[in-house]
Amino acid sequence: MTAKSTAHSRRTTWRKAKSDVMMGVAVLATVITLLPLFIILTYLVLKGASSLNLAFFTHMPAPVGEKGGGMANAIVGTLELIGLASLMGVPVGIGSGLYLAAHHGSRFASAARFGADVMMGVPSIVVGIFAYAVVVRPMGGFSTLAGAVALAVIMIPLVTRTTEEMLLLVPHELREAALALGVPGWRTTLWVVARTAASGIATGAILAIARIAGETAPLLFTAFGNRFWATSLTSPIASLTVQVYTYAISPFPDWQRQAWAGALVLTTIVLALELGVRWMTRGSARVAR
Amino acid sequence: MAELLEATHDNVAAAVRPARLGAFHVRLLGDRIFNLTTLLLTLVGLSILVGLAIALVIDSTPSLKAFGWGFVVGTDWDPVNERFGALPFIYGTLVSSTLALTIAVPLSLGVALCLSEMAPAWLSRRLGFMVELLAAIPSVVYGLWAIFVLGPWLRDHVEPGLGATLGFLPLFKGPRVSVSILCAGVLLAIMVVPYIAAVCTDVFRAVPQTQREAALALGATRWEMVRMAVLPYGLSGVIGAIMLGLGRALGETIAVAMVIGNSPQISASLFAPSATLASVIANEFAEATSSLYLSSLVELGLVLLAVGLALNIVARALVLGATQRRFEGGR
Amino acid sequence: MDDARERASRTLDAMAEKLVARHLSAYFGQTRAIHDINLAFPANVVTAIIGPSGCGKSTLVRCLNRMHEVVHGARAEGEVLLDGDDIYAPGVDAVQVRRRIGMVFQKPTPFPTMSIEDNVAAGLKLNGIALKRPERDRIVERSLRQAALWDEVKERLRRPGASLSGGQQQRLCVARALAVEPEVLLMDEPCSALDPISTARIEELLLELKASYTIVLVTHNMQQAARTADLTAFLYTGDLIEFGETRQIFTNPARRETEDYITGRFG
Repeated sequence: MTAKSTAHSRRTTWRKAKSDVMMGVAVLATVITLLPLFIILTYLVLKGASSLNLAFFTHMPAPVGEKGGGMANAIVGTLELIGLASLMGVPVGIGSGLYLAAHHGSRFASAARFGADVMMGVPSIVVGIFAYAVVVRPMGGFSTLAGAVALAVIMIPLVTRTTEEMLLLVPHELREAALALGVPGWRTTLWVVARTAASGIATGAILAIARIAGETAPLLFTAFGNRFWATSLTSPIASLTVQVYTYAISPFPDWQRQAWAGALVLTTIVLALELGVRWMTRGSARVAR
Repeated sequence: MAELLEATHDNVAAAVRPARLGAFHVRLLGDRIFNLTTLLLTLVGLSILVGLAIALVIDSTPSLKAFGWGFVVGTDWDPVNERFGALPFIYGTLVSSTLALTIAVPLSLGVALCLSEMAPAWLSRRLGFMVELLAAIPSVVYGLWAIFVLGPWLRDHVEPGLGATLGFLPLFKGPRVSVSILCAGVLLAIMVVPYIAAVCTDVFRAVPQTQREAALALGATRWEMVRMAVLPYGLSGVIGAIMLGLGRALGETIAVAMVIGNSPQISASLFAPSATLASVIANEFAEATSSLYLSSLVELGLVLLAVGLALNIVARALVLGATQRRFEGGR
Repeated sequence: MDDARERASRTLDAMAEKLVARHLSAYFGQTRAIHDINLAFPANVVTAIIGPSGCGKSTLVRCLNRMHEVVHGARAEGEVLLDGDDIYAPGVDAVQVRRRIGMVFQKPTPFPTMSIEDNVAAGLKLNGIALKRPERDRIVERSLRQAALWDEVKERLRRPGASLSGGQQQRLCVARALAVEPEVLLMDEPCSALDPISTARIEELLLELKASYTIVLVTHNMQQAARTADLTAFLYTGDLIEFGETRQIFTNPARRETEDYITGRFG
């Protein structure tokens, strides 16, 4: 071997080694990134599972400083809030998605789409301030309605964008085939295009629900919290997220223990929704973030 | 049979078409109702956006009037004497987010490279799914874990090391508690990596295969191919992803509020407690006693909104450009 | 030669004109795609429209059932007369037009969420036309028979429409178009996505269908036009170059451009 080729092969070896090292670094980064996922889930189970008993699910919180009690009202509260929010947010979101997909090229639609994207960048605490200004202040107090409105505002742009993207994925030939049969535009959009995209649209809605189920900040001064059951839409309501937050930052070990349990329940609900939806649509096109 | 078919034919014909084209009339009622309904729903969404901006501006007027531009540079946050300045929170937000990005960006790039260049499709899908699960965990759960696990761990195992080796820097001086900017920054990094990594993975996947092949055909190693073909092509997208991550870090409220200590002071050390724009609103809004107090908090929200929106808009434009360029093909 | 052409035009005049295009132009935004077309499609006859890619054949045919305007920014000018009535007259409902002038597209598009029988009946069902079960079944059977698909699917009408082969799916689309009982059937390159055997079946179908319908066939395959069409129109860059009996167009074209295209000098 000549000197030149020796140098060349030495350089090549060095380059290959460098490449392997960098790829190894990438793998390391992936491992480091995924590590917290398993650590957190493990801690949730270790510290929370032991507190999950019937009392936890059926009792109300005990008075400050006392041991025992449960999170029944918080669990039901979260369900009420996301139910009410979905009632408001899902129709608006799907309706907007239908409009944007049907009028894809128009300038107004482009502006509206831009608006939906902008809405997704609003921090959730700011959404809480908005709900405070338009619901809590006029009504004179914290309420379930205010919390639901805040959550609905967060939901709407998510559902709009996924609905629109799912509708646009339907091949335009399908729409044309229906129109050529003499089916009017609105029937085509509903019974052909939307029906074909139905599972994707439902996926988007469920993922949005999973997202708002985990929100805390916007509820802090809208739904506020309640030691007992919420008696009506106009009374404050407890929620799993706010309850976990309140207990976690408290100095009482018993509350802290319950915080872990509540966090476990909350995470289970959210992950069940996410996993369930992905399992049902396995093989289909990727849902928008 | 033939007569039956004929009869059916006539029934259908009667239902399906009128006798002559002249009998056509404009029957757009269904279309009109549908378009109107969906338009109204869209307008609801848009008016929320506009209403939100307006509400925030209106509600922060007392504070805007009282403090003007001095609000942004004021260092006093004194509810008792009604003197409000945003600087401590702007500082806390900037420092915690910068720290978060410093940790998160290299990690995200590594994850994105691993998922898009290295792993086979089946593995890449599963790993990507796990990264998405990280994004799905509610932030209050992250905060809870950080209070009892991450914070103490940093205080007992990481900060002593940092203090010993880099303690000459003002960044790493001072007493160690389990609530600090450092803890908030690290937690934010963990929470933000999934978002940046997911977008970067999409950006890298959008790089045309022809670009990669051209580099490999020149005899480049894997890493050199990435440096030559993938990273430059996806640069604007990566920047967009970082901005999106920054936007999320800025807006993250609860997890930060649980571990940052909520102390409106500016300190050079990362070991000290602090507060961010979002965390102070979360902590003090429900208890704000006077209208000036409330208005100042709303103004903090306005600052947060403006910065968050600007970042989001620019970021999306960058990412859109990077992921749509794939259609221009390998030139 | 003049004699033959005169005879041809007299034969043409004798045929009843079902569909007539007069001064028809179509635009995509500012771009004009077809220029001032005057064409008559006689009843119970297969008329082929041939020409190189991009000459406007699809655009022309889509103007005949007001599908052209579905595309954002597209519009048409001129008249299209169905039995003497202009379908572009103000106040005419495009939806009604499309029920009398049906269309089959290049790519077979059975509705994926529907079964075979639901696909056939889709034109009726989607319009809210309520039919009793026996009547609906009769229509489905009749349409599938007309499309020469009945024997192959009669045992599995409930299976999804997408479970058929390409050629079968296209015949399903024909059945679906026929179920609403149009008077004219427009076919936009119906065989270009199919294999030769399916293509042959569809061509057989055309010859059967022309007894009951008026057919307009767009094709880029000259041999197909020669095999199936009675009349042929040749389009080039948006203009109608020549129109006449198929035999005459292919053996004795009047225009240079037609002859160049037929002999393969371009396109």
